[in-house]
Amino acid sequence: MIDTLRLTAEEALGLLERKEVSGAELHRAYLDAVAERDPELNCYLRTVDEPAGDNVPIALKDVISTEGVETTAGSKILEGYVPVFDATVAARCKAAGLPLLGKTNTDEFAMGSSTENSAYGPTHNPWSPGRVPGGSGGGTAAAVSAGLAPWGLGSDTGGSIKQPSALCGNVGLRPTYGTVSRYGVVAFASSLDQVGPVAKNVRDCARLYSIIAGRDPADSTTVDVPDVELPDRESLKGLRIGVPKEMNEAEGIEPGVTAAVQKAIELARELGAKVGECELPRSVEYGLPCYYLIAPAEASSNLARYDGVRYGLRVEAGSYDTMVERTRDAGFGDEPKRRIMLGAYALSAGYYEAYYGQAQKVRTVIVREHAAAFERFDLLVSPTSPTVAFELGAKTADPLAMYLSDLLTIPSCMAGLPGLNVPCGLSDGLPVGLQLIGPQLSENTLFRAGHALERAIGFDPVPERLR
Amino acid sequence: MSWEAVVGLEVHVQLKTRTKMFCRCANGFGGGENTQTCPVCLGFPGALPVANRTALEWTVKLGLALGCEIAERAVFARKHYPYPDLPKGYQISQYDLPSCINGKVLVPTADGDHEIEIVRAHLEEDAAKNTHVGGGTGRIGGASTTLVDFNRGGTPLVEIVTGPDIHSSEEARRFLQLLRQTVVELGISDAEMEKGQLRVDANVSVRPAGSSELRTRCELKNMNSFRFVAQGIDAEVARQIALYESGEEVVQETYDFDAATGALTARRSKEEADDYRYFPEPDLVPIEPSAELVERLRGELPESPAARIRRLEAELDLDRAVVLVTGGLDALWQATVAAGAKSVPAANVIANRLAGADVGAVSPGELAKLVEARDRIPRTALDEALGSVTQPGFSAAPYLEQEAVSDTAELAPIVERILDANPGQVAAYRGGKEGLLGFFVGQVMKETGGTANARAVSELVREKLQ
Repeated sequence: MIDTLRLTAEEALGLLERKEVSGAELHRAYLDAVAERDPELNCYLRTVDEPAGDNVPIALKDVISTEGVETTAGSKILEGYVPVFDATVAARCKAAGLPLLGKTNTDEFAMGSSTENSAYGPTHNPWSPGRVPGGSGGGTAAAVSAGLAPWGLGSDTGGSIKQPSALCGNVGLRPTYGTVSRYGVVAFASSLDQVGPVAKNVRDCARLYSIIAGRDPADSTTVDVPDVELPDRESLKGLRIGVPKEMNEAEGIEPGVTAAVQKAIELARELGAKVGECELPRSVEYGLPCYYLIAPAEASSNLARYDGVRYGLRVEAGSYDTMVERTRDAGFGDEPKRRIMLGAYALSAGYYEAYYGQAQKVRTVIVREHAAAFERFDLLVSPTSPTVAFELGAKTADPLAMYLSDLLTIPSCMAGLPGLNVPCGLSDGLPVGLQLIGPQLSENTLFRAGHALERAIGFDPVPERLR
Repeated sequence: MSWEAVVGLEVHVQLKTRTKMFCRCANGFGGGENTQTCPVCLGFPGALPVANRTALEWTVKLGLALGCEIAERAVFARKHYPYPDLPKGYQISQYDLPSCINGKVLVPTADGDHEIEIVRAHLEEDAAKNTHVGGGTGRIGGASTTLVDFNRGGTPLVEIVTGPDIHSSEEARRFLQLLRQTVVELGISDAEMEKGQLRVDANVSVRPAGSSELRTRCELKNMNSFRFVAQGIDAEVARQIALYESGEEVVQETYDFDAATGALTARRSKEEADDYRYFPEPDLVPIEPSAELVERLRGELPESPAARIRRLEAELDLDRAVVLVTGGLDALWQATVAAGAKSVPAANVIANRLAGADVGAVSPGELAKLVEARDRIPRTALDEALGSVTQPGFSAAPYLEQEAVSDTAELAPIVERILDANPGQVAAYRGGKEGLLGFFVGQVMKETGGTANARAVSELVREKLQ
């Protein structure tokens, strides 16, 4: 009997290598867990019954194109769309022998912080099913947390890997922009989107990152990536950790979150890290508003292709214009419509310089501010999310309150920097996430620090109610 | 009042790269509809563009040939508009940072070189091809069905924009001939207008002669030959002059040129101005050609057509030089002259008889022999020889052995017969219409089945009519 709730990907690999289980048995064990627990959680939009590959199976967020397997990005407008090609990350998983377990739920086009914007119903948090798993990658995060997948891939634009990992008690990496191919990943905001791994621990996360990372000739924005080192040391000696004041004292951070994060910072000090305070004033103040210009602007452009002509939903009408209008009206939910309107406005003639152009300038300021901090520190820490998992419906009527969920994850995304969420304790019985941010291409440092902290913290990733 | 035309051109040139601009689908005419397509050029979710390196280099090369500065940093942007031929909902095109700027082309004319500014030359992707079925307007509004062929979608396209420096339809035609010859000689496009490989839009306004103002302009589209470009410009200039002279104003408008009727039809005005919502394409990185690359490409440039026209003018008149150079015939002419033919007769034979032929296959030595013997041998022999001069291993020898009849005793009776049969023409000739000489010579040639020596006949006719 395979205990998928506890099994890490590394342990699963050991079982396979020692031939204690077959790839098919492992795949089946996860599908059995899905059959048992997913009716309550709604992590998967669809599962794949026939494993292709003998390695540790994987769940992919439904924004990742999978050849022959429907890919909807959580939207009605792509209902029934079956890609004829694999995203590069899906192809790399396939090449590594990782069979696909299924496609996981997401806010529509990855737009959201709770997975409640999915056209296929919300995903529930395995720690407390009345609460959200975070978003947009709530499906992958909840699946890993509930033992419905040993690991999975998410995509992160402003926090969609890190924030759900925090709310579900997983390790999630948003890699340096350009280290993981976006080819075949349904685009939300191209200059911000990054695919990354979600797992039960840092070593699994690093292992999966090593499978998907690297230059891709099909994505011009990718770069060469240093070899990934699986972390094994538990000391943080010599590591300089900065604590940005604004990100740790921001209004709206729950006391329970602050307490858990402070404790983790204390542990880092005990492990030999040099901890000091620093400042990121403009990144925190302007990061969120600029993000909500740039991301919707690019989204309005990326979503222009959903016109009913070639694939997905088409609502027939007497003329081309009316067909497109009706298709988009019926196919997009409220959040994509809101962002298309915001974005089209920010790009329109006469407003471009004041909005999109200005936001890009501020983005440069954010990059510089982070670079200055990294002259003094190897890593920065803060809470990943200001709050623990909130109740379903608590913020759906207030988009601005929902947007604030990403207040602490967005600045480093805007700077293209890697960030790792490591669970650092519980608050009111719900996971709290610690965010580690490094300079470009510092993933190995993040893994090393995350691994050491994870060992010292001793967080149990299995939700209490499922133990 | 006399008026001056002010014309600027926007010329689109399809590059004949092996693959498309942003994907590796075959570029150019091929199999059936939608067979040269992939997720990228069909705009599937998640598909990303990757710029074609050859297209980037060719754009730089063209820019250098047009005397442009090459941008150290060029950027692709997204240009948004909804239409079924645009699968992504936007076209990827260079915008405010194009690859080539500030160039100029010299157009040789009888009164010196006319300089035409090249404002910019930028790279973009072509749209797919729409076929509107039903409705009778050829437009999407009213059509019962629109068929889209994405084979053309994503073809690399260079747009060349001139300043408003062209002042007649003839000058426009000359500029376009030079431009076409330039891209053909660079080997970057076949530039065949009937295939849409070269497309021209003209921005036309008029102003009182001598003034330097720029008045309201109208855009002309769909002129798919140089002749139609000239006709369209003439028609639009006349229309605008008539408006001003009757006290009316020109309204900015886009017109389609109808080749069948020569008429201009205004497109339906849009209610709002276009807003393409340009922004830098985040899926592509900026293009930063190295100085070494630019210099290497500069070193590969052939001598420009305009410079060659000026060089040929030393031995020929401007018109012949233009015909030879813009017809791609000047290299053969030079070689033929070098092989012993006289300049003007060689130019005439090549321009009149070999335009459009595979001139690369012609042996200049053999051609020179034909040019020199052109009056001596029968016309039928010359025709036959020029008809097979492009064949491999062609030899002029068998044709040179034939002699045209120049014996006056043999020709005189025929000449007299022709003159007798055409008393009206004879009277007209004697009345001063000396151009009729050719008519008489032609009749004699016809009568002799082309075996007479044309010069001998000509002298004989003149003699008889004195």
